[in-house]
Amino acid sequence: MKPAPFEMHLPTSVSEVVALLDEHGDLAKPIAGGQSLVPMMSLRLASFEHLIDLNGVSELNQVSVNGDSLRIGAMVRQSTAEHDPQIVKSAPLVAKAIPHIGHFQIRNRGTVGGSIAHADPSSELPAVALALDATIEAVGPNGSREIAAKDFFVSTWETSLIDGEILTGVRFPIWSGKCGFVVEEVARRHGDFALVGVAAAVQVDGSKVAKAAIALFGVGGTPVRASEAEQALIAGGTSADLDAVGNLAAMNLAPSDDVHASGEYRKAVAATIVARAIAKALKEAQS
Amino acid sequence: MSRNITLNINGAQHTVDVEDRMLLSDAIREKAGLTGTHVACEHGVCGACTILLDGEAVRSCLMFTVQAAGHEITTVEGIAPAPGELSVVQRAMQDNHGLQCGFCTPGIVTSLTAYLRDFPNASDDELKEALSGNLCRCTGYMGIINAARQAQKEIQGSAK
Repeated sequence: MKPAPFEMHLPTSVSEVVALLDEHGDLAKPIAGGQSLVPMMSLRLASFEHLIDLNGVSELNQVSVNGDSLRIGAMVRQSTAEHDPQIVKSAPLVAKAIPHIGHFQIRNRGTVGGSIAHADPSSELPAVALALDATIEAVGPNGSREIAAKDFFVSTWETSLIDGEILTGVRFPIWSGKCGFVVEEVARRHGDFALVGVAAAVQVDGSKVAKAAIALFGVGGTPVRASEAEQALIAGGTSADLDAVGNLAAMNLAPSDDVHASGEYRKAVAATIVARAIAKALKEAQS
Repeated sequence: MSRNITLNINGAQHTVDVEDRMLLSDAIREKAGLTGTHVACEHGVCGACTILLDGEAVRSCLMFTVQAAGHEITTVEGIAPAPGELSVVQRAMQDNHGLQCGFCTPGIVTSLTAYLRDFPNASDDELKEALSGNLCRCTGYMGIINAARQAQKEIQGSAK
């Protein structure tokens, strides 16, 4: 259970990281918190000739609010995002998703950007990014670019980042007004990989649902946005039939079977937890 | 590839030769000779190797040694206030039969020390959740939970 040999690089700026990635090509891998990557390397599921450590790149640690969006730098620790008052206030869905990630010792080291770039289909933050229509910022050999969350997640552990690019930050839109934010998941034990989970946000205006955002995780190769369920919720308002909304969210899912749960079970749970999450979110928004 | 680096562990400097791929948990045990940090699953699940990195509880098996240079490492050997004494958490573990074989204990002591420092007013459920990141194969969890409760009360009392 030891990683295969590699050479570690310890850059201190994004430009150095990009130069190192350019030099070593696909023999190199950036390492953020390493809470998923190091186990994969120790289990010899992954090996690299070069690791490029992002932990010394302090420019990736910033959190800032700019107008109607909150920007979280790639290397902001998950534990910081869980408790930071500005993040809790501006992007409650991010803060609420994080307690579901591993254990507090893992969140002390794991990062927001690392989780999103790793793109594990059962992880929480990619679903939050997708639900909230977050914008992913990336820097590579051709300069910087922005990627909409809906275009970012390609498949299991696969994103639309191109060779030599790193994720530098994520911008989450700030919702205002009467809102509710809920993350629900079912796992064998707390901290385990989710069998199914949902990140949901609603904004209410009287008996109307002005905005709804629902994304599921653990149900396919990428997080899945439940657009039809969102539309049904907006159409039905605060008295919408939530079981029907849950069924709509699960209808087109085709989760796979594994040792932990069958696909059919995951689908049934998805419908249930979507309904439950929306009920809680509506309650929070109306309180 | 290997290199010569200096680790700051429990306030002492250890200059060591390590391969880049060497896990911090292995360097603490094999290079610095501090065998209080235990290694079991080596993929972040069991919690036995938990140390404090700049005061924060982290898995030493999920870091490479070369990433720890320049940071303050505290292992279970560095938790007691003085030789022959016990910290609040350590004494609570002893008082409540919070260990049987003792293998998981270093990770629990380091984890609880950091957690109760940061969240002295955690609810009982939060305390249990915080402990969920450390596995005890003796399954002596009630003793551990009672130790955590006692330590929490003492820490709350001393803060007043």
